[in-house]
Amino acid sequence: MSNVVTDTMAWLTDPANWSGSAGIPVRLAEHLLYTGLVMVIATAIAVPIGLYVGHTGRGRVAAVAVAGALRALPTLGLLTLFVLLAGIGLMPPIWALVILTVPPLLAGTYAGIASVDRNVVDAARAMGMTELQVLFRAEFPNALPVMYGGFRTGVLQAIATVSVVAYINLGGLGRYLFDGLVLSDFPQMLGGSLLIAGLAIAVDLVLALIQRLFLSQGASSQPNRSQQAAVDLTDPVPAGTVVQGGTS
Amino acid sequence: MEWFLANSAQVYSLAGQHLVLAILPMIFGVLIAVPLAQLARQSRGLRSVVLTASSLLYTIPSLALFIILPTVLGTRILDPVNVVVALTIYAVALLVRATLDAFDSVDEDLRQAAVAMGFKPFARFLQIDLPLSLPVLFAGLRVVSVSNISLVSVAALLGIGNLGMLFTSGLQRDFVTEVVVGIIAILILALLMDAVLVVLERLLTPWTRAATATGGATGGATGGADSSSGQDKTGSPAAALRFARPKTGGGNA
Repeated sequence: MSNVVTDTMAWLTDPANWSGSAGIPVRLAEHLLYTGLVMVIATAIAVPIGLYVGHTGRGRVAAVAVAGALRALPTLGLLTLFVLLAGIGLMPPIWALVILTVPPLLAGTYAGIASVDRNVVDAARAMGMTELQVLFRAEFPNALPVMYGGFRTGVLQAIATVSVVAYINLGGLGRYLFDGLVLSDFPQMLGGSLLIAGLAIAVDLVLALIQRLFLSQGASSQPNRSQQAAVDLTDPVPAGTVVQGGTS
Repeated sequence: MEWFLANSAQVYSLAGQHLVLAILPMIFGVLIAVPLAQLARQSRGLRSVVLTASSLLYTIPSLALFIILPTVLGTRILDPVNVVVALTIYAVALLVRATLDAFDSVDEDLRQAAVAMGFKPFARFLQIDLPLSLPVLFAGLRVVSVSNISLVSVAALLGIGNLGMLFTSGLQRDFVTEVVVGIIAILILALLMDAVLVVLERLLTPWTRAATATGGATGGATGGADSSSGQDKTGSPAAALRFARPKTGGGNA
């Protein structure tokens, strides 16, 4: 036991593991790069659809159904399927990850827009805003906290899933897990796992900090207690929001 | 299809293992989360500690957790116990929050009325708070069920038996059919579990059917989140959100 722990510490602090093309910084960068790529593509797909569905209310049932069905899809199955069908390379697993990341973003976006106080929307319309102005000047800012919650969830999910991607010959911190598994090198596996867990927590804290510093709390979240609760449930994480949202 | 028929025995046995690995954590999750949530409700400080701790645990990706746990628990890495414990952790993390929301959703007047009628705290908890919070609780449970079933397959990467084995062996043998069968089998399991939970909820909360006419719109097991939050308090965006609540960090890989 303690042996494993000290071995893992030794592995983590071994300078040899911190340099070269298989070093921790490189793997970390790969991990973040894949995650970023997935988030960019997924956001580009999910947010416009979510805005449309949330604003018009059209296709909500379909959006819920699709998001739900996608959720039930096993990550690993989708990854292997894409690789088998499209071959090894960067993009097949990335597309699989995009499919898995779209649901939280989509749900967060349209639920955020749909949960904006109708009075606010009506007031915006009464002031003579066009539909686009209503969407981007009234609904969007008010929906931002919920949307951001979906985004954070998506990021975490992408980070987690990217570690599985190493199974099909891509880089990222997951490599250590699978290389370690093949070699029965448990300290390497454990070290890799700790790095992934640490990365996930660190990224989430950064995102929480960004939320606290730069995003408004949203005017719509206070009056409706039940929506508030739903928002809390959606937002998986963070200390920061929990304290703010949960106790209000 | 032919492959499935030829190997159905194997698929069924993997599905059985899969189901056990997915259901046990749900049961443990409820058993741990409900008392924990009740405890957390006692004080504001405790509440934020519990919520923070659970969300932190939930952030840890599952693959990493599967590997970290053996060291903590002293089990072997191939031990299915690791999977059960890991998924229980996620289930608790999710359910504590859902349960707190569920308890909050109970009308305070009812609670007061119960006190006035002479309910002792424990009896009140069992007979008032718990039953009335079931709809919200079940919404959380359904999320846990779907994400558990999908997550169990990740354990196959480490060689722990379940339907995920079909993915790993399919990839190694370059055999698409096997992977597709695995995906479909997992989807079917998820749908079945969801249906079971819906039925269970209906049996346990007969009054919601009397109260709301709209509660029955179950658009396919995975799609019909709205029925789970039968109380009209939670509008459909909320229900949708809760349902679509993503399997985050830990949740996913």
